[in-house]
Order: sequence, then structure tokens, then C-alpha cells
Amino acid sequence: MCSTCGCNQPADAVTITRIGGGIHNHAPFRALQFHLLGEEHNHNGHSHQPVTIELEQDILQKNNLLAQRNRGYFEAKRILALNLVSSPGSGKTALLERTINDLKQVMPIAVIEGDQQTTHDADRIAQTGAPVVQINTGKGCHLDSDMVLKAVRQLDPPNDSLLMIENVGNLVCPALFDLGEGGRVVIISVTEGDDKPIKYPDMFFSANLCIINKIDLLPYVPFDVEKAKSYALQVNPKLRFFEVSALHGQGMDKWYDWLKTQFAHFRDYQHIH
Amino acid sequence: MHELSIVLGIVDIAASTVQKANAHTVDRIELEIGELAGIETDALLFAWDTAIKNTVLAQAKRDIHYVPGKARCLDCGNVFDMHQLYDPCPKCNNYLNEIIQGRELKVKALTVS
Repeated sequence: MCSTCGCNQPADAVTITRIGGGIHNHAPFRALQFHLLGEEHNHNGHSHQPVTIELEQDILQKNNLLAQRNRGYFEAKRILALNLVSSPGSGKTALLERTINDLKQVMPIAVIEGDQQTTHDADRIAQTGAPVVQINTGKGCHLDSDMVLKAVRQLDPPNDSLLMIENVGNLVCPALFDLGEGGRVVIISVTEGDDKPIKYPDMFFSANLCIINKIDLLPYVPFDVEKAKSYALQVNPKLRFFEVSALHGQGMDKWYDWLKTQFAHFRDYQHIH
Repeated sequence: MHELSIVLGIVDIAASTVQKANAHTVDRIELEIGELAGIETDALLFAWDTAIKNTVLAQAKRDIHYVPGKARCLDCGNVFDMHQLYDPCPKCNNYLNEIIQGRELKVKALTVS
């Protein structure tokens, strides 16, 4: 059983692929040794009295420790890593394509793509010339810090760069998993319901920035931008918003200004503001 | 369905604790889950039976302590029960609140033998 979602795929079903580099590595993930503990354990004649151990251990500790390791690596290399989360089809990849094309002369940008299957998104990013690694989670519904650690090793992003981590399209599961990012950007599109922020509050609670995409479609859909913002602010009063059309370019300047400001700030202070 | 990842994380913690204690199995496990932790209990229980098969938790009795959500209003200081992340302070209707309880997601204790 896989350790990401519990499906019947083998534990090494997560694959990490460097696009353009010719490397296709089936990285071994999390050996499930614990399944065998019962059989392997040798009692050597001693008896086992029940003993209670007060553990008080955070269940996400393993993920959080690896996330901190990633964070340390990013800080040391002054890499601003952003975790892009959204439901499927909100336009994360389109946003990245335009952003890279418009900013690649200003700052080096590298990308980690997360999807269950295919390298379609990474192939699109590779067209922009940005270095990119595709993580395929198999049946997994989110990226975790271990996958990102392995992807970063293959990607080897340069010092003083921006690293965009496009998470698996899912507004629920990725919320709980810190990847070591410097900031989290949640994207919603106007073809979705404007009540998404309170339907999926965990994701908006943990985000630093909210991008409302596909605003060119506003005349054709019932999406109320102010209502969506007001819901999101109920969950996270510190959240900031940009309204953009990644396809046609409206509103992208403000997002670029934000990126440039955060990029410079991160290099000096190792956090965003 | 991240609850299954969570259960597998619990199995991992239990296995390593059993190994460290030079024990054989887990008789009882105590979990602490906060109301605002982002975990759906039904999904967690659904995942539990599948995920613990053939592990040290296979025979373990499971006790879950649910921790109610509580927040402090950053405006008026009122401490109130928070059931959703978007609940405002009932006194002044402010949304800028500090969660003081309810984000827990912990293995509290294990009885091993």
C-alpha cells in the first residue's frame, strides 16, 4: 500500500522526472519496514510487561522536520520558494507560464510541478526555458516535504532564485503539509463558486496571498469578487488579493510587483512580508 | 483523503516507539485531535482499519480525545469557542482572532508490551 493515500500502488510509485535533463528516476520512497516488525522482533527470552509511554508527539512531525530542512536549504541559498495551491483547473500552470516569460530576465525562476500523472504541466513549463522537475504522486492527493526534498536535489535551483512549487490541484489535502516554502499562494478562478474560501477554509487560513484568476470571464459568470474576498478575509484577515487573467495578462503587473518585493525582502531577511 | 496519510504517520510513530522500547506490540493508543486541525474524524476512522493491518497497531485499543476549538479575539481579548476557522468573536464580531486551542494533532500516549 502506498504511504501517501493508502491505495494499492507500491511504495515507490511516486516518480520525479527532470524535464529536458534526460533523467527519469524512480526515487525509492519511505520503505514500509514497520509492516515486518512483528515477525522480525527477537525476544531473547525477556518478557514484555505493558508500559505506557507519554509521547505527546505531533503526527505531522516527520513532514514538518523535513519541511524545516528544506526551509534551511532555501534560506542558505536565498531561494524564495512559493507553494501554489488551488483546485484543479484554476490556472496555476497558465499563471506560471506567463509569470516566467515576463520575469525570467529579472530573476531566475525554477519550477517543481506536482500532479498525479503525466508530465504535461512540466512540459509546458519547459517551453519557457525554466528548469523544471515533475513529481508524479501516483494516487497521492498532495505533495509532502519528502517529495520536495528529492525534487529539489534533482532540480538544484541556483542561489538567489525564485522556486515555484505547483502543488497537486486539490483545495483540501495540501493545506496540512508544510513543504518548507517561504510563502503560500492560493489561486481561485471566477468559474468556481465565490464561497470557496469558507467551503475550504484550511487552505485560505494557511495562505499568504490569494490570486483570483480568469477575471476576463467575469461578465459571463455569477462570481462576486467582493463576496469571495470577504469570505476569505473571515478565514484569514491578513490575506492579500490580486485579480488577474493569466491568459490575457490583466492585473499581472501587481502580482509581479509583489513577487519582486518579496524576492528582494527574502534575500535580506529570509522571510516574506 | 489526507486522513490516510495521517493514519500512516501514526503507524510510523507507533512502530518506532515500539522498536525503541524493545517491545512487541501496541495495546493502547491515545490520540489528541483538535476541532480545527483540518481532520475529518469519519475519514480518519474509515482509513484506520485498512492502514493498521499487519502493523504494531493491529490489536491496539484506540482512544481519541477531541479538543474543542478556542480563540482569543485580538481586538477585545474575549476568549470564545471556535467551531470554524471563520467564526468571528461573538462579542465584537471581529475576525482577527488567535487560535489558542483546537489545532492539536498528536499521539499523546502509547501502551506497549
